[in-house]
Amino acid sequence: MKNILIRPTKENLANFVTLGGFLIFISFLDVLINTFFKINFTSFLPSKLSYFAPLIIGTIGLYFIRIEYSGNRLLDKINTNFNSNNLNAILTLLVIFALIKYIPPILNWFFFDANFAGNTKEDCTGSGACWVFVKVWFNRFVYGMYPDAEQWRINSAFIMLFALVAASFFVPAKLKKYFLIFLIFVYPIIGLKLISGGEFGLKYVETGAWGGLSLTFIVSAFALILCFPIGMFLALGRRSNLPAIRFTSIGFIELWRGVPLITVLFMSAVMFPMFLPDGTYVDKLIRVLIAITLFEAAYMAEVIRGGLQALPKGQYEAAKSLGMGYWRMHFLIILPQALKLVIPGIANTFLALVKDTPLIFVVGLLELAGMVNLAKTNPKWLGMAMEGYVFAGLVFWVICYAMSRYSQNLERKLSTER
Amino acid sequence: MKKIIELKNVNKWFDKFQALKDINLEVNQQEKIVICGPSGSGKSTLIRCINRLEEHQDGQIIVDGNEISENTKDIEKIRAEVGMVFQQFNLFPHLSILDNCTLAPIWVKKMPKKQAEEIAMKNLERVQIADQAKKFPGQLSGGQQQRSALARALCMEPKIMLFDEPTSALDPEMIKEVLDSMVDLAKAGMTMIVVTHEMGFAKEVADNMIFMDEGKIVEKAKTKDFFDNPKSDRTKLFLSQIL
Repeated sequence: MKNILIRPTKENLANFVTLGGFLIFISFLDVLINTFFKINFTSFLPSKLSYFAPLIIGTIGLYFIRIEYSGNRLLDKINTNFNSNNLNAILTLLVIFALIKYIPPILNWFFFDANFAGNTKEDCTGSGACWVFVKVWFNRFVYGMYPDAEQWRINSAFIMLFALVAASFFVPAKLKKYFLIFLIFVYPIIGLKLISGGEFGLKYVETGAWGGLSLTFIVSAFALILCFPIGMFLALGRRSNLPAIRFTSIGFIELWRGVPLITVLFMSAVMFPMFLPDGTYVDKLIRVLIAITLFEAAYMAEVIRGGLQALPKGQYEAAKSLGMGYWRMHFLIILPQALKLVIPGIANTFLALVKDTPLIFVVGLLELAGMVNLAKTNPKWLGMAMEGYVFAGLVFWVICYAMSRYSQNLERKLSTER
Repeated sequence: MKKIIELKNVNKWFDKFQALKDINLEVNQQEKIVICGPSGSGKSTLIRCINRLEEHQDGQIIVDGNEISENTKDIEKIRAEVGMVFQQFNLFPHLSILDNCTLAPIWVKKMPKKQAEEIAMKNLERVQIADQAKKFPGQLSGGQQQRSALARALCMEPKIMLFDEPTSALDPEMIKEVLDSMVDLAKAGMTMIVVTHEMGFAKEVADNMIFMDEGKIVEKAKTKDFFDNPKSDRTKLFLSQIL
């Protein structure tokens, strides 16, 4: 065997590294030329062999430079991390080749061949993305069918929200409590009144006209804020000693967890009004909000219950021995620790909630993804689905990534096991 | 002397296992009682019944004039008067030592924050860890944690202190610092019931010794008599093994 296989050794390091490096260079050159100039200089080989030629040449090259303890730092690093055996060598090459082949086309589609200027579909002459579509429809993607002249109301509601949130970070600790109470109990009413109007000289805008990204935010924010306390009480209820409360909680949780969200939404739109007495009318958006909130609360309850289970019995006993009753024990001792433990799970549920909001299309409410869906069927803008969904996907990713970072931040801040 | 705790024919079962059998016990104010016995003999269960962390099924437990049973409405009020120190410390890890100490006085006794902090610092001073007040439990040694737990219980200004093997989870070096704090407390006149295997401590502070085995009180005697001439053979055997 030794005679057949040429074994690279430390003694003739220079020769092998030169040879190996050359072969690797050839393999990369082949892929690069193939990708950018569409020339296949191994075309004289049988087609299948030609297709795999760079991989084979590269693998042989990597085999030649695989010399242990060569003394060269860079070489050792490459060998231990990317080239420890033949399989890893092949995987390394495959990944690099795939990146060379597919990153440039994506960049081209996104930027270099894309069209940014213009106002109509005909302005999109390049082979890449037609961002004109997103530009022209941007207003609709953000505000839905909300009348243009009234959009300042949505803007000011959100600016107010951000200002309040930002301010609550900077105000002294004593005032923080009041800020939070205002944010959770007073602000939503002000915000909703501002957007829906009908009073104070503001024109009434029915919820059917709400839509786009602002609706995504409204639905997510309401559901997030409301599902959390409900989930908390359900989690406590499920662990209660009182059978009536325990079984009600279990029943509630299992009922909502067992039904798909889309069904729940559909029921809220179609079935729910049938049970109402004639003449009463609950707004579609409110019905949807209640449905999503209760649905997510069931999940939240189980996440929080996980945290409650994880706490040692001693914490309950210590709290009791200090004379705390059920509520003080839970709100001062148990929940603060349990919630901290399950921040990742809570963040998970919140992210899922935000990404579930597009489902409200089943009742005719169009948030961001729904508006994209609508815009792409416009006769003047046919064939723009890709741009629209990529845009919507990016926006959702940014929102979710921000939430995820925030939750990690919170975990670190609340950690007392320093 | 005034009786502060009275147990009459107390029985307790965990499912079919009988943990306490016909326990009769009286504790006077300022009395110090040390309970010893092999593991599984019901020592911990007995003192946990006194503040109803465990429920007894039969007999009477009277603490400071109030009978403890499932009908007791203000069990929290009684618990607030009975401090407890646990084997595993059970400090609240999400709060600083100072907050651990002030939480219950503020929320249970409705004490103003400032006053609660003064009392907390006084008690932390007493167990000699006032300099650690701002730290979190996870940053302290076992001995310091147990002394914090003692300070936390004292902040409620209890009439009775229960100790459930307070030094069993500690390194030998740290046992002494905790026991020293307990001796100080005993000298200050606190009513104490201590479950422990530290016989040196028992000899120093206990007025009465109780030896338990298989859920029964086998022997109750003045400390000196208990060690010098135990009556029951079971007690003699136990003492010969641990002394």
